[in-house]
Amino acid sequence: MKRAFPILAVLTGILLSYALYEALVVAPTEQTMGNVQRIFYYHVPSAWTAFLLFFINFIASVAYLIRRNPVADAVAVVTAEVGVVFCTVVLVTGPLWARPVWGIWWTWDIRLTSTLVLWLIYVAYLMLRRFSTSGQTPVLAAALAVFGALDVPLVYFSIWIFRTQHPQPVIGGGGSIDPRMLHVLLVNWLAFLCLAALLCWSRYRLERLQREVEEAQALESIAAPGGSR
Amino acid sequence: MNFLYAAYTATWLIHITYAVTLVRRYQRLRKEIEELKLNR
Repeated sequence: MKRAFPILAVLTGILLSYALYEALVVAPTEQTMGNVQRIFYYHVPSAWTAFLLFFINFIASVAYLIRRNPVADAVAVVTAEVGVVFCTVVLVTGPLWARPVWGIWWTWDIRLTSTLVLWLIYVAYLMLRRFSTSGQTPVLAAALAVFGALDVPLVYFSIWIFRTQHPQPVIGGGGSIDPRMLHVLLVNWLAFLCLAALLCWSRYRLERLQREVEEAQALESIAAPGGSR
Repeated sequence: MNFLYAAYTATWLIHITYAVTLVRRYQRLRKEIEELKLNR
């Protein structure tokens, strides 16, 4: 198990380098947008990864609400935090693509707005976990995460349901994609999934260590003279 | 091309910044553990 982490780290590094090469060199240049379309190879896989992490967060939060399992709670915190990182990438790369293509950085379109709301919900979740001192914090956070997860299908299906400025989905929707572009997209998604796994693993180790320290500090404060009343 | 490079650079900056915060939090916790051991 101790060897698995460095192996995953090296594999992720190689995959990310290869995916970057594929995105910048191998992928064909899109005819109307030109090179700026290559942002798509980072924007879309980041969004899919964020959705997956928020889905795992939802499952872990439900599991925690049912069983009060601390491992499920730790998994929920970890996936929410790493999910916010990937969602931040989506919200930063989106406007950098929109400016040269649409001529504007941002519009209050349903896809963009619901993504921003999703990000805000999970930032609120993390702030609740960080600053609340209540013993009920994990339960409150799990309940918030369950409601937050309801926004994920809204974000994903909004371009099917509503009229929107955002491009149509390239897989399973009305859009189509060159097979070479699809290959590059999937390679990048695999690389980002490995990166997400690596970050989640590191964050989970940190979470476990943090809980051990908090337990030790609590025990110490009880053991200290006048500590337990 | 500038927007493309800006997007890729921003992506890497976000991930690297997050990784650095993880390392710093880990180091801080290690320090707290050492202090706890010393107090015992």
